[in-house]
Amino acid sequence: MLNFSLPKLEIGAAIEWLVRWIIEHLSIIFDIIKNVLDTITGGFNDGLSAVPPIILILIFALLIWLVTSKTTALLSMVGLALVWNIGLWPQMLSSLVLVVISVIIALLIGIPVGILMTRSSKLEAAMRPVLDFMQTMPAFVYLIPAVMLFGIGVVPGIFATIIFAIPPPVRLTYLGITQVPEDMKEMAVAFGASDRQVLRKVELPLSMPSIMAGVNQCIMLGISMVVIASMIGAGGLGAEVMRSVNRLDLALGFESGLAIVILAMVLDRVSRNIGSGKVTPSGRIINRVKQWRKARLEAQEAEAATVSEEVKETEV
Amino acid sequence: MTAKIEAKNLVKIYGDDTGKALELFNQGKDRSEILAETGLTLGVAGVNFEVAEGEMFVLIGLSGSGKSTLLRCINGLLMPTSGSLLIDGEPVENMEEKELRRLRGEKISMVFQHFAILPNRTIIDNVAFGLELRGVEREQRRAKAGEALDSVGLGDWKNKMPQELSGGMKQRVGLARALVMDSDILLMDEPFGALDALIRAEMQEELVTLQREIKKTVVFVTHDLDEALRLGDRIAIMRDGAIEQIGTADEILAEPANEYVEKFLTGIDVSKILDAASISKWPPETIRDTESVSVALHRMKRADTDYLFVTGARRKLAGFITREDLIPASRQKGAGIKDFIRNADTIQGDTIMRDVYPVLRQAERALAVVDDVGRFLGVITHNTLVESLDERKGGDGIAEL
Repeated sequence: MLNFSLPKLEIGAAIEWLVRWIIEHLSIIFDIIKNVLDTITGGFNDGLSAVPPIILILIFALLIWLVTSKTTALLSMVGLALVWNIGLWPQMLSSLVLVVISVIIALLIGIPVGILMTRSSKLEAAMRPVLDFMQTMPAFVYLIPAVMLFGIGVVPGIFATIIFAIPPPVRLTYLGITQVPEDMKEMAVAFGASDRQVLRKVELPLSMPSIMAGVNQCIMLGISMVVIASMIGAGGLGAEVMRSVNRLDLALGFESGLAIVILAMVLDRVSRNIGSGKVTPSGRIINRVKQWRKARLEAQEAEAATVSEEVKETEV
Repeated sequence: MTAKIEAKNLVKIYGDDTGKALELFNQGKDRSEILAETGLTLGVAGVNFEVAEGEMFVLIGLSGSGKSTLLRCINGLLMPTSGSLLIDGEPVENMEEKELRRLRGEKISMVFQHFAILPNRTIIDNVAFGLELRGVEREQRRAKAGEALDSVGLGDWKNKMPQELSGGMKQRVGLARALVMDSDILLMDEPFGALDALIRAEMQEELVTLQREIKKTVVFVTHDLDEALRLGDRIAIMRDGAIEQIGTADEILAEPANEYVEKFLTGIDVSKILDAASISKWPPETIRDTESVSVALHRMKRADTDYLFVTGARRKLAGFITREDLIPASRQKGAGIKDFIRNADTIQGDTIMRDVYPVLRQAERALAVVDDVGRFLGVITHNTLVESLDERKGGDGIAEL
């Protein structure tokens, strides 16, 4: 009597059916996305590869110096030179392009979603399980629909990376904005601010540290997807890691792993410094330019004043 | 003539579905009954008042008496559940979002208890905030904000960050931010509540002086009876969302409308028993007349004050010095404070408290209490007065209400 069996719920089959339906009916959209992203990543890759590594390293070092400090820039330069030296420079460039493009798209979607969640408690309640799902579902699983939708290559890698890296910017944007003190928002409203002005002039500036922590986390997760994405042909440093595992080549494995670590550390230091409010060389340069302009304006005014006085004197 | 601000049977109930609660209120149920039956809080319970142009109107009551709620109905931060609130005859509750924003941006400005100074902006950009929202050009709004900062005595602090300022200075910034809007109405939500006693008395004094000049319509919320009596042209005493009595300080003191108001005011009666010496407090810092200017400035900074009482030999009171006077001399090495001592307002230690009151009203700053040979015994500010009443009454009187 008791050993009747419940029918199994075909959840997996349902998802598969859904993805197949999407492929069948919406394939044009995915083809367009794939072509656009392929062109962009290809363009960046070709462009960066065309520059001699030594010059690119110097340019990177200069950019890093502008947003961080002398020490970070020097150490980054040494790290990047090491990657070049062990012969993984082109692979690192393609991984960098994959991460940067994925992160940019993830932020363009994630931060607005985080903001919208603060405006609608229904959306917030709906998004919470979705975010849990995205963060805990093993990243390998995303590769399957990614391949089904976009085939093999960089684009499915970008797709999987975005899904994996998007939850932190969403959550930390939401958290940052909800933690802005109520009296600051009330003050803005009391002085006639619209909802958009409250967001732009109070909530976003005050939640910047939290949002930037989300950006930083997004980049770190993006890098951790580099190896996994290489399983579906995204190339780059991840492909070297996979190859070394297949061949049990410890030397190559260590070198390519080290290159990933260097890339991660450089991106981490850069993203952590932006928006942290620390004084950076670029900030100092901007300040100096401002001061110079102000001084020039004042000098002009003073000149104008003396001229007008002279005019008065001659009139008298 | 229409009143600048007018409230007609104003009711505010917190919550979304207030229909039933309002019905109960109209049946004459009180706040606790409504809370028990509907779970909703009655913030303002059918209030009527008028504020004339240029008047300083004080709302006083204990915490939870609905005074801050009522204040927020005036600029539409909270919408009345029923009844009406009119600004220049225009009902706020009927205004569209756009009109409301214009009302807040042009006609009504607000000063907050905890300052609400944006920590990521310089002082001048904080003061210019309202003008920025209004869309005023950067140079123009900075010029105006600079003037407003000068008028509250913070002209030298324009480009500092808020965390570099003391509490009293922050509230001056809050005041400047409201003044720069050049609006007719100023709403002040316990603006001096977070400041310590000496600074508070000073700010009250400055507000009185300022008001004489600018003649805004001010609605001022406080829980400090002395502050209310001192500042208000008229005072409304609130309890559980309702106004118990409205009148001038004299009217209320002479003829309390009911037992509650009488009890609220009982603190004042103790003033017949206490004398000036017994209620005076030793200030956090004093200074000998032989000290240098730089030491004096340092002590002022440490005590977060703009003036110090100066004592001479055998603790005799020499007068007081102000930061304002000292700053020009601070560059001069080894300059003494002797040349900067001003005469202080003093009172004999055995003066009874009732008689301290009128003298204190006249005093420019705190009153110095001295004995019959002129030795310095302590100071009385507007707050020590009320604090001492509280202490002596213990669980009785104001605290219990």
